Amino acid sequence: MRMTESRRAALEEALLPLAVALAVVLVVGDLLILAYGEAPGAVWRLLLDGTWGNAYGIGQVLYKATTLTCTGLAVALALRAGLFNIGAEGQLAAGGFGAAVMGLALPTGTPSLLAIGACVAAAALCGSAVGAVPGVLRARFGAHEVIVTIMMNFIVLALLNYVVAAKLHVPETLHTPALEAGTVGRVAATFPAFHGSALNWTIVLVAAAVVSVAWYLFRTRAGFELRAVGLQPDAAEYGGVSVSRTWIGAMALSGAIAGLGGVNFVLGYKGYYEDGFAGGAGFLGIVVALVGRNHPLGVVIAALFFATLSQGGLAINAMVPKQIVEVLQGIVILAIASSVPEVRRLVRKAAGARRADTGATS
Amino acid sequence: MTTPTAQIGPAPVVRMTGIQKHFGAVHANRSAEIEVAAGEIHALVGENGAGKSTLMKILSGMLPADGGRVEVGGRDVTGWSTTQAIVAGVGMVHQHFMLVPTLTVAENVVLGREPVNVGTFDRDRAIREVETLSKQSGLIVPAERLVADLSVGEAQRVEILKTLYRGARILLLDEPTAVLSPPEVTELWGVLRRVRDQGTTIILITHKLDEVMAVTERITVMRQGATVAQLATRETTPEGIARAMVGREVDLAIRDGQRVTREPGRTGTANGLIVSNLTVRGARVERAVNDVSFTVAPGEILGIAGVEGNGQTELLEAIAGLRRATSGRIQLGALDITAATVRERADAGLSHIPEDRHQRGLILDYSVADNLILGQQHRFTQRGVLDRHAIATNAAEQATRFDIRPANTTAKVRDLSGGNQQKVVIARELSRHFIVLLAAQPTRGVDVGAIEFIHDALRRARDAGKAILLVSAELREILTLSDRIAVMYGGRIVTVMPRSDASEAVLGPFMTGARKGSQADAA
Repeated sequence: MRMTESRRAALEEALLPLAVALAVVLVVGDLLILAYGEAPGAVWRLLLDGTWGNAYGIGQVLYKATTLTCTGLAVALALRAGLFNIGAEGQLAAGGFGAAVMGLALPTGTPSLLAIGACVAAAALCGSAVGAVPGVLRARFGAHEVIVTIMMNFIVLALLNYVVAAKLHVPETLHTPALEAGTVGRVAATFPAFHGSALNWTIVLVAAAVVSVAWYLFRTRAGFELRAVGLQPDAAEYGGVSVSRTWIGAMALSGAIAGLGGVNFVLGYKGYYEDGFAGGAGFLGIVVALVGRNHPLGVVIAALFFATLSQGGLAINAMVPKQIVEVLQGIVILAIASSVPEVRRLVRKAAGARRADTGATS
Repeated sequence: MTTPTAQIGPAPVVRMTGIQKHFGAVHANRSAEIEVAAGEIHALVGENGAGKSTLMKILSGMLPADGGRVEVGGRDVTGWSTTQAIVAGVGMVHQHFMLVPTLTVAENVVLGREPVNVGTFDRDRAIREVETLSKQSGLIVPAERLVADLSVGEAQRVEILKTLYRGARILLLDEPTAVLSPPEVTELWGVLRRVRDQGTTIILITHKLDEVMAVTERITVMRQGATVAQLATRETTPEGIARAMVGREVDLAIRDGQRVTREPGRTGTANGLIVSNLTVRGARVERAVNDVSFTVAPGEILGIAGVEGNGQTELLEAIAGLRRATSGRIQLGALDITAATVRERADAGLSHIPEDRHQRGLILDYSVADNLILGQQHRFTQRGVLDRHAIATNAAEQATRFDIRPANTTAKVRDLSGGNQQKVVIARELSRHFIVLLAAQPTRGVDVGAIEFIHDALRRARDAGKAILLVSAELREILTLSDRIAVMYGGRIVTVMPRSDASEAVLGPFMTGARKGSQADAA
């Protein structure tokens, strides 16, 4: 009896941010659409038709959600260790770059599985290196990871921009030549219904990453210790856990996961590295993690939600400017940041009143 | 429930009836009531979690009640604000001081009601007013000193003075003696009697029965959120109060330390704790622990008495591996652990009940079962994966053995009562393999029933040949449990004596630094 109640409370808690995000999108979206003189119902229908209404739309949503899941998962993992990783953007870009460099370096005709494995490893390694720096600085010198990860974004993005523009680009473009080896196949090649969408088999890799992170966090000793550090560093230290080592490890792992997101674009979609491909997906990962309550499954759901919004923006462009979606995303961020604790408190209060009504014997 | 009631003569100055208060699922006050006559010192007693502080916070306007009626001076003031309460003369002195350390005593006292001279702060008048009030009330404070430089006892006097300055006629004190040494406690009683004689009504929240007997006139006893007895101090006994608090007979004799102690040092220190010339840096001071040496033999409890903040925390953290030693050596028997990690120390046989279970000892959002393996998670792991079955089996076993409630070990520790939280820590630290136990404030914030239980557990561990280093702010606890007693003052161990030589009167002067023995090395 008590068990089911606590589980229901946990579920309420988990779904609340998503409900708030949805409510905010609907209300504010309606107002914006009305301001453009369009009928909200028609626009929303168009948005749904263009996303979940056909195989191409679904493919696009899943493709975008794949990247967002990586960055969201990265932020969530770091937050579980008590660290706020704002650097997923740079780690994502570094991961994509690492994959591309490996793909360019490998000789043509390298067995596909081997090549993909090498490229994926390079992506994870590069993302991990970028993530580890703030972890080390925090653990050794107490430099706050928020500041350092923000700075790392600037450094990494500028550095990559320079390297690509000066050394690796195809003339007249900001991207590298097409990779010799390591590209990941499109899903459309197997299921033609998805024809034209960027959806590729990276999604399987990322799904495996989600399951692995969930298993790592909740089933392994390392995860037990990582969450302990995140909840109460003093108690973790008392329990024989090295807080600084855990921080460094968590940031390196977080960076590696964000870096995996680069695989989706570089190996799965374009087949080359293009400057600026991250395009804010790293920053959106912060919101994905918050809406997903730092739970791997919640992150997937939140990533699907934001991917739907993003793809839907293109669909409704015929009736209203697609920038509406960006406005909505911004408002969701504000709403989550400011109102969710508020809403949670209200729900608790209501639940408390309900319990008082049914008698205090429970 | 029948409530024995002592009759009040004149109309009560405070009357609270049928007070209800919920915090989520916790029913903190259920039909709580209290009546306090003008000009008396009234004790509000009960175990931890009985709802005393909640009731007083409702009286002082800090919390709204969910139901019931609050009357002050015959006026219905239910649901008033802190501002209204202060204006009406109700002032609360909190357990944790709310003073600005960088301001002087006088500035702190007048804060929020500063005397003003043409728009600027009139410091001279502030000092004058504070000194006058200080003389009237007998609360002697150095008006121009910084609060940061005060002792705990002085800071508390400033806190009380501040409340009086705001015109308090009803003074609420929340566990005021928790941080004081015995002479300071005696002094506080003098001050409270004097303030009372000048017409102030005082409500004293406490769970120490000797204080209740010493200074109060009437007593309200709470248990599980409800008022269970209203007694006149003169007509009752500590046993009677304890019975009302716990709801059953409690053996106070054991708590009073009338028992046989062991001969110390009987078995040598082969498996004991040896600390030599240990110096440890504190947060603010260079030598929070200053060249300290002592030993704890197997089968003995060495109690460290002392006012809090004299280096006990740093000493234990250094032994536990949570704070680096500047110099000196720590040994478990022959094994030097000075540079060992926390886990290495644990594996070598060091167990540790930390003084702050909320910050150190427990992960509040972890389940009881997960908390019962904290520090031993590597023993409940197979190839890096947690052995959930072993964790659950261990939890079920400990919950039964140590009577942890609720028995559902998947509940978050946060949702447990203070006593049961501490039982989780005790269960974990006593059921593992160890030879030396550090026990810091093992019964802090724990109810009377659980205190008995924890004391018995510590004694059993001692009798089983464990070496136990006990640190407690409760002198009574030190006297009850220890075989030998050391006193820490200013980072040094100023004396070590067998239990038979010790008493509150003997230890008091050492605790305040009035007496200094030679740095005793009792190897």
